[in-house]
This record gives sequence, structure tokens and C-alpha cells, in this order.
Amino acid sequence: MYEFEFETPATVADAVAALQGDEAQALGGGQTLLPTMKQRLASPSRLVSLSGIAEMSGVSADAGTVSIGGATTHGAVAAGAGAYPALADLAGHIGDPAVRNRGTIGGSLANNDPSADYPAAALASGATIVTNAREIAADDFFDGMFGTALNEGEIITRVNFPVPEAANYQKFLQPASRFALVGVFVARTSDGVRVAVTGASETGVHRWSEAEAALSANFSASALEGLAVDADGMISDLHGSGAYRAHLVAVLTKRAVMAAG
Amino acid sequence: MPKDHGIGASPKRREDIRFLTGNGNYTDDMNIAGQAYIHFLRSDVAHGTINGIDTAAAAAMPGVVKIFTSVDFEGVGGVPCGWEITDRQGNAMQEPKHPILAEGKVRYVGEMIAAVIAETADLARDAAEAIDLDITDLPAVVNMRAALVDGSPKVHDDLTSNLCYDWGFVEENRDAVDAAIKGAAHVTTLELVNNRLIANPMEPRVCIGDYDRSSGDSTLFTTSQNPHVVRLLMGAFVLGIPEHKLRVVSPDVGGGFGTKIFHYAEEAFSTFAAKVCNRAVKWTSSRSEAFMSDAHGRDHVTKIELALDGDNNFVAVRTDTHANMGAYLSTFAPAVPTWLHGTLMAGNYKTPLIYVNVKAVFTNTVPVDAYRGAGRPEATFQLERVIDKAAIELGVDPIALRRQNFVTEFPYATPVAVEYDTGDYNATMDKLEQMADFAGFEARRAESEKNGKLRGLGVNTYIEACGIAPSNLVGQLGARAGLYESATVRVNATGGLVVMTGSHSHGQGHETSFPQVIAEMIGIDESMIEIVHGDTAKVPMGMGTYGSRSLAVGGSAMVRATEKIINKAKKIAAHLMEASDADIELKDGTFSVAGTDKSVAWGDVTLAAYVPHNYPLEDIEPGLEETAFYDPANFTYPAGAYACEVEVDKETGQVTIERMMAADDFGNIVNPMIVDGQVHGGLAQGIGQALLEGCIYDDDGQLLSASFMDYAMPRADDLPNFEVDHSCQTPCTHNPLGVKGCGEAGAIGSPPSVVNAVVNALRSGGADVTHVDMPLSPSRVWEAMQS
Ligand SMILES: Cc1cc2nc3c(=O)[nH]c(=O)nc-3n(C[C@H](O)[C@H](O)[C@H](O)COP(=O)(O)OP(=O)(O)OC[C@H]3O[C@@H](n4cnc5c(N)ncnc54)[C@H](O)[C@@H]3O)c2cc1C
Repeated sequence: MYEFEFETPATVADAVAALQGDEAQALGGGQTLLPTMKQRLASPSRLVSLSGIAEMSGVSADAGTVSIGGATTHGAVAAGAGAYPALADLAGHIGDPAVRNRGTIGGSLANNDPSADYPAAALASGATIVTNAREIAADDFFDGMFGTALNEGEIITRVNFPVPEAANYQKFLQPASRFALVGVFVARTSDGVRVAVTGASETGVHRWSEAEAALSANFSASALEGLAVDADGMISDLHGSGAYRAHLVAVLTKRAVMAAG
Repeated sequence: MPKDHGIGASPKRREDIRFLTGNGNYTDDMNIAGQAYIHFLRSDVAHGTINGIDTAAAAAMPGVVKIFTSVDFEGVGGVPCGWEITDRQGNAMQEPKHPILAEGKVRYVGEMIAAVIAETADLARDAAEAIDLDITDLPAVVNMRAALVDGSPKVHDDLTSNLCYDWGFVEENRDAVDAAIKGAAHVTTLELVNNRLIANPMEPRVCIGDYDRSSGDSTLFTTSQNPHVVRLLMGAFVLGIPEHKLRVVSPDVGGGFGTKIFHYAEEAFSTFAAKVCNRAVKWTSSRSEAFMSDAHGRDHVTKIELALDGDNNFVAVRTDTHANMGAYLSTFAPAVPTWLHGTLMAGNYKTPLIYVNVKAVFTNTVPVDAYRGAGRPEATFQLERVIDKAAIELGVDPIALRRQNFVTEFPYATPVAVEYDTGDYNATMDKLEQMADFAGFEARRAESEKNGKLRGLGVNTYIEACGIAPSNLVGQLGARAGLYESATVRVNATGGLVVMTGSHSHGQGHETSFPQVIAEMIGIDESMIEIVHGDTAKVPMGMGTYGSRSLAVGGSAMVRATEKIINKAKKIAAHLMEASDADIELKDGTFSVAGTDKSVAWGDVTLAAYVPHNYPLEDIEPGLEETAFYDPANFTYPAGAYACEVEVDKETGQVTIERMMAADDFGNIVNPMIVDGQVHGGLAQGIGQALLEGCIYDDDGQLLSASFMDYAMPRADDLPNFEVDHSCQTPCTHNPLGVKGCGEAGAIGSPPSVVNAVVNALRSGGADVTHVDMPLSPSRVWEAMQS
């Protein structure tokens, strides 16, 4: 790790101000950023911690929406998002207790790791990502592996999840990291069904539109029969081929539908 | 009532109090006044020519004390190899120089090129980044078969090829084995990979070199399983420091699993640099460095053939193995695929003819050496897999096939140079059958089927040779060291004992189990006995801990020294009670004269030894301290039968272990709880190898599984509740405790039963599968199901 300055603002405005300047970077739970810095693969000259900003922390639910502060830890979501059980369950299975006690939803979405869990939930739920500057629909937020619509210095202050009628997340563990080798989040709303896939594609989290169409017409596992995902463009690595991941997408989608009921 | 004391009792491990309360004293906890810090600059290419190393800018960085490159080591020896193999033609193996810092070329990702000594670890690292390396990449060779093809890149230009040796065992049997296989009623052939592993002990390696200007003595503190051997190799072969000027200390060590047996270049570097810099220097490996610098394990590619006669008797076994050495020969590397592997190819079976061929190969990868079990897991895996395959091909019950071929009479001389002193393989198999409820398996399978799961059952036996080893035998086999052990037992005036043992404990619990033995022998409480280990200044000599040898060899030395103590104490007691030596009995810590009510307590005798007012000075010396060296007459041969039940998810290929059962024969047992723990740990590592762990390089020699993000270590929830039993006991016939050793059994015995179970499950689902290579990751199992 190289030397850096450390700022602990108490408001979003102060955080935004502290993030001006070339090599400043927001620090959520540090579960991704700090290991990268220890490896000397990142070298921000200033870290702006978001964990002391009261307005960015906590879970609230009303009128069919669960609203989560951008600096809320996975553990707090697991405990507090009971109004959206599939989301709480997802948060409760990220990493291990230490990771869940530090890592945050804002950090996870901003990082957009192609194997992360929250991006699938946000995309399938049609969540709104609220920043210090604007509101971004999940459909417009994710941009390939590790890419997002965020501008330099822009902070995710809040994420609003419309609570679906039924939803489920199926995560198939990569044996070493226990991130998602493939994860599928299925959400059924009055507007139809959304299916978001993480871990599988070289273009990062994405929706599976054929499955969405089939399930919107008939929300049952049988509606998926005969649907297959193309292995082209799927991640192939030492933990599984593209063909295996494509196969898992179909299996996990079916299981998510069955579990969502 | 179970015993609460002495041999056979299970007192809680006394060392755990300090380990579990954060009071252990590990090497990284130690700091020496004035110490500086080392950062090693390691190669990030697998193969390249070093054109130049410009350290000028780095040397000018803040806090830099000195920067070393290979030029600083001219006249210093390379890291030696402790074993020389003779090949099929009778020639010595090819042995490249293993420099402390890379000389002219780099040969694997992680090889040390330069070292910076600075005031802090961070400053050392900063400066290392400022070193300007000029390296021309060369094509790397990773695959062993490719490495042996003409025209392959050569790892060492000064060797004739990448072949370290081509070993045949027993070479004289070769023709007979070939003929037996040709004429056999049935031959089963299996090709398989024994996957490369990274041990990953919880504590990474650390060393601190120190130099005392006034005495001229060097001290190395290091995370070693084997401090005396480090002193011997480093002093005699690398640095030229006589043993009386060199002390090696291994304090608490947080797990070794083999990878901390060896003498590493970092150790020699630290000792050397401390003297040059005239201050202590410390290196603490990061986890990332550990992945690319700790010796790796296994990495065999094997073809095995099992020939049977018309009655399904095993008539011959022939194997052809390529064993990866990595880029240099680590301390015991050449012995692992040969003497620790070929000698075990008889397994538990009376196969009359066996021929083992091993080609050891240099590649542009981290050196490979012993890892828990070392050679014996590789032998067991191929043999127990090919037997299962034969049972499938012949349509016979795999347990019956094994039982039919068991060795049943002992001693038994195998055709591969070892003699099993004792054992009862049917007894452990009977015990396993009781534990495993094979009769209920079909019902359990039907239950799994209801949940969309395939259920499989796998069984195997194993035997290992441990309690390593008779020095005269290993000397004939190429060992450059002896493999005895020493112990000094010092009795203090007030009756307490200190045992200085050459066995090193890095998690095994010696501080608890060794005192149980002495407590039993003398009849005193364990709390009166302290174990000292891991310091060459305190312990006379030691060959370290590996090969399940601590109790069998180190414990035997301790018994011999204690016997000498008791003999002398009896003489003193006889004098005190004015009786004859021959009439003295020792029981429950009291000496008495047979047939009388005369007695004298242990403490009175020990006090007399040091306050010799009333003492037979003309017959015996005062004091009560004895040393013994014990060199075993043979290996010990623990054996057992293991079973595994798995479920396989038909849709995803995910394997879960539902039951894992181990029936072992370890001979006599000192502390059953510790033995349970050793077996549990071994099973966890064996299952880790079978299902999860895989060290993978790409074709350019880059390590892909270079962190825990990609290298899957077993976690508690990957494992079932283990069912272990060690009530079958055929005591070792040649050591005084009748013990055989239990440290490696679980890791040796479990991989085949896991794979056998998965193959069994897949076949029950209709797949025509006879083998799947480890680790049986979901994707591999799914792919196997597609066939
Ligand atoms: C052992 C381990 C296991 C893990 N397992 C999983 C898993 O199973 N599934 C999973 O999804 N993840 C997993 N993670 C990742 C974990 O969820 C991280 O917490 C998460 O990816 C990043 O969140 P953070 O709050 O720690 O962000 P940080 O590490 O602090 O930051 C990550 C990036 O996001 C930026 N950032 C942080 N907060 C904000 C914000 N509010 N607005 C804008 N930018 C911001 C930072 O500048 C940085 O670029 C694991 C991590 C570890 C260490």
C-alpha cells in the first residue's frame, strides 16, 4: 500500500467536495478497494470514507419500495430488508460475515464485478440508483465488466428497489472465491418478469430477454423448456467453460422460478 | 472408564491455550533490536534471460540499506538437494545449480532476482519497484510431456535435457512384469493426473537472520518443520558456516504440511545478509508470495496397468509416471516420486510382480516437493482407482476383489523392496463395513434420487510407509542424510523433566502427547514434563517432523532416553534404600524394594542425584540427564479402509460429500483425541485435493490459481461430519511404543474413495464414465456426465 490521505466527511456534500481532485477515491467498506491497494494495483492519493455519512446508511421500506442508503452494509441489508426477502437473502449470502459487516451496496454496484450479486438484483428489480447528481435506472447503469454510468467522483447515495410480487436469486458458487460462478435473479412484477444474469457473460451482468418473454406469458418452469443460452460470449476460465456457464444460466433460472413460486 | 492420564488418555492439548488466546510465539512475532526488512523482487515471467539489473535508482531511495543480486553470492553455494536418485542406466540424476538469487536466467514466476534491505518493509518494497530489470522473455515449458520432446525449450541450458531422471523400479523385474501383463487374462489400464497442489499453511513463511558481531555467531529464526536439517544444509553446503557457529530456531509454526520441511533460498539469504549488513534482517512472506514460492505438491501424470488372472488374482502392476520437479530440485523432491511412491505400489495386495517407471521432469514452474503424504497418496490413488476400474470391467464387487487380493500373512516382503511387519487389512475392512452400513446404501440412493441427486459409494484401502526411516536403508537409496531422531531427557533436582526432542511440532500436539508417554513410564503427572523443540542450541540433533515420524521415531528416542533415566534412578534408589539394583521397582512415581515395604519417592531420588550427600559417587555420576538416538529398523505401515458417500446434482455436477468414514490401524495409540484430529485434518486435505484444489499454470508459465480467489481451499461446510475409528490395532513390531503414525493417513486414504464414489454415482445415472480427474469441480463432473 502506498501512502494516502484519509477523509471522513459527515455529509454527501462534503464527500463530493473531498472527491474533487485527481486521485481521490470513495471508500465504502473497502472489501474490494483495500486488497487492491495492498497489492499496489491501485494507488489513490486520497480516500474519502463514506461510512460516516448518516444519510447514506440504513434500509427503509414504504409504498412497495425498499430504499437502501449507498453506504449500507450487506449485513444491514440482510437484517433490514425483510420487505424484500429475495434481496435480504442475497445480501446475507455475500462473502463471509466479515465481508458483510464492512462491504456496502454502493461499493458493490460501483465496482460492478462481473461475478457480484447485487448487480443482478438491481437489474432484475428495475432498481433506481440514486447519486449525488441524478437518478439512474439500473438498465442504464451497468456497462460491461467493472464499468458503470458513474462519472468521476459521483457517489451512489441510495438505491431504490421496487418490491416485486415474487422474486428469487439462485447463486451457484465459484468454489474458490464463492462469488457467483453464475447467479440468476428472477423478479415478477405486474409489468412482467425480469431475469438478470451475473457471473456468466463477458459483457457483465445482463438480462435474458427470451426467458423474460416466456415467463411473462407463463410464470412457470415449464415455460423455460427448450430455451437455451448461447455459449458464445460466456466467460470461460479454470472454474468452468462458457458452455457450462450457459447451461447453468438455464438451470438456475428454472430453479429461481420454482423457488419464487 | 477411559484413562485420564498416561498412554491412551485424551487430555486436552496444552499448547492450544496459547494458540487459541493469541499468545503463540510465531516467527513473525519476533523482532530483534535494529532489525531491517527484506523485500524480494521476484520474476513475473516464467523463463527469461537477465540482461541487466540496474539498482542505482533503487539504492538511492529512502531507507535503503543494501540491495543484493546474484553477484553478491559469487562463491556461495546453491541450495542443495538432499537426495540423489540413480537412473535406470545407473547414472546419477541431472542436478542443476539452484542459486540463492537468479543467475543469468529466471526459470519460474516467483523466482527471486534481487533483494532489497531497508528500514521498513514498505520502504524495501518501494525500492524494489524502482529496480530496473532488463529481461528477454524466452519460451516457457510447463507441460511435462512437451518438456521431454526434442526441441522443447530447456529449463537449464547446462543439462542435456529437461529429464531429471528416468527411474525404473525394480528394474530387474521389468521383463517379467511385461511378460505377465502380456499373458494375463485381463488387463485394466487407467490414465490419470494427480493434481498439483499448494499447501497454504495458515502461517506463511518467515525468516529472520541475525549476526552477533562479538561471537561471530549466526542465528536464523525460521518457520521450519526441520531446523536441524536447515542448519546442516545451509551451514555445510550453502554458506560454509560450521554448525557450532550457526543456530537455527523454529518457534511456534502455524502449520507445515510438508512445505516447511525444505531448506529455502530465503533462509540462506537472510542468514547471509544479516552478516553482510551487520544487523538482523526479516522477511515475512505475503500470501501472494507464498503461492508462487512455497514448494508445491503432487503433480504426477500416470498410466497404470493392473493385470489379473482368470480368477481375478492380481498378477502384475506396471506404472508409467511423469513427475514434475518444477524449475529446481527442492530438498526432498527427487525422493517423492521414487522411494516414497514406488515402494508403495504393492498397496495392501499380494501382487507378485510390480514395475514402476518414473520420469522426473524440469519445467518452468515452482519447485515441487513433499506435501502431506508425499508420494504415498499418488501411489494409493492410482492403485485404488485402477482396482475400482477393474471391478467395473469384470463386473465384480470392488470390496470382494480387494479382499481376495489382500496380504494376510506377516511379515510380508513386497516386490518393491519393503517388508510390512504387521497388519490386518480384513479387520479394518470389517470395521468399515460395520461403520458404513453398506446394506442400507440402496435405500439411501433411492432417497437421493427423489431429490434429483445421484448417490455414489466409493471404497478403498491404503497403506503407507512412515516412521521415516532406517538410515542404512535410505542411505542405499540415495538419501544424503540419516533419518534417526534424538532426545535428551533432563530431570531437574525437584523431579520435573524437560525433554529436548528433535521432532518439531507445528500443530501436531507433541507438547501434550509426548509427556503422556513419560508420565506412563515413570508414573508421574504430565504437568511435571515439559517438551522443548525447534532450537538447535537446545536440542542435540534432529531430523524434523514429516513422514508421520514424530512419535514412531522421535518418541522412540525419548523412550530410550527415559529408560536410561529410569535405570540410573533405580541405582540411586537402590543406594538410598540399601538394596540391590535388581530388586528395585518403579510404580506410580515411587521406587520400592520388591517384597519389602521399603520405598522412596521419585523426587527424593532426583534430589539425591543433584545433592549427592548420600550417593554412590564411586559407581555413578551425579546428575540425571540422558540422551538417546533412535534409528528405526524398518518403516512403520499404517493401513486402513475408507468409504465415501456422495451426492451429485444431476443438473449442475455439484458433488457433496454425505458421509466420510475411515477405519485405520495405527498400532498403539497414545492420545486418541489427537489421533482423531490428525485424521480429520488429513481427510479435509484429501477431500480438498479430490474436490477443490488445483494449481493451474497457463502455457506461458503464469500461475492462474495464484490466490484464494482461484485456488479453492476446503472450508468447514465443504466437509461432512467425519466418522473415524482406530480400534483395529496391530502394534508395530519394531519400535518400543508399537506406534505407526497417523499424520498423513487421512490425506493418503481419502482421495480415491471420493473419486470412486463420484464415478459410482455417475454410472448409476447411466453415464459411461470410468474416471474423472481431480479436482472434481462441478464443471468437470458436468462435462463427464455429458459423455
Ligand atoms: C472475501 C470476500 C468475499 C466476497 N464475496 C462476495 C460475494 O460473494 N458476492 C459479491 O457480490 N461480492 C463479494 N465480495 C465483494 C464485496 O461485496 C465488496 O464489499 C463489494 O464488492 C465492494 O463494496 P465495498 O463497500 O467494500 O467497496 P470498496 O471496496 O470500498 O470500493 C469498491 C469501489 O467502489 C467505489 N465506491 C465505494 N462506495 C461507493 C459509493 N457509495 N459510490 C460510488 N462509488 C463507491 C470505490 O471507490 C471503489 O472503486 C467479496 C469480498 C471479499 C473480500
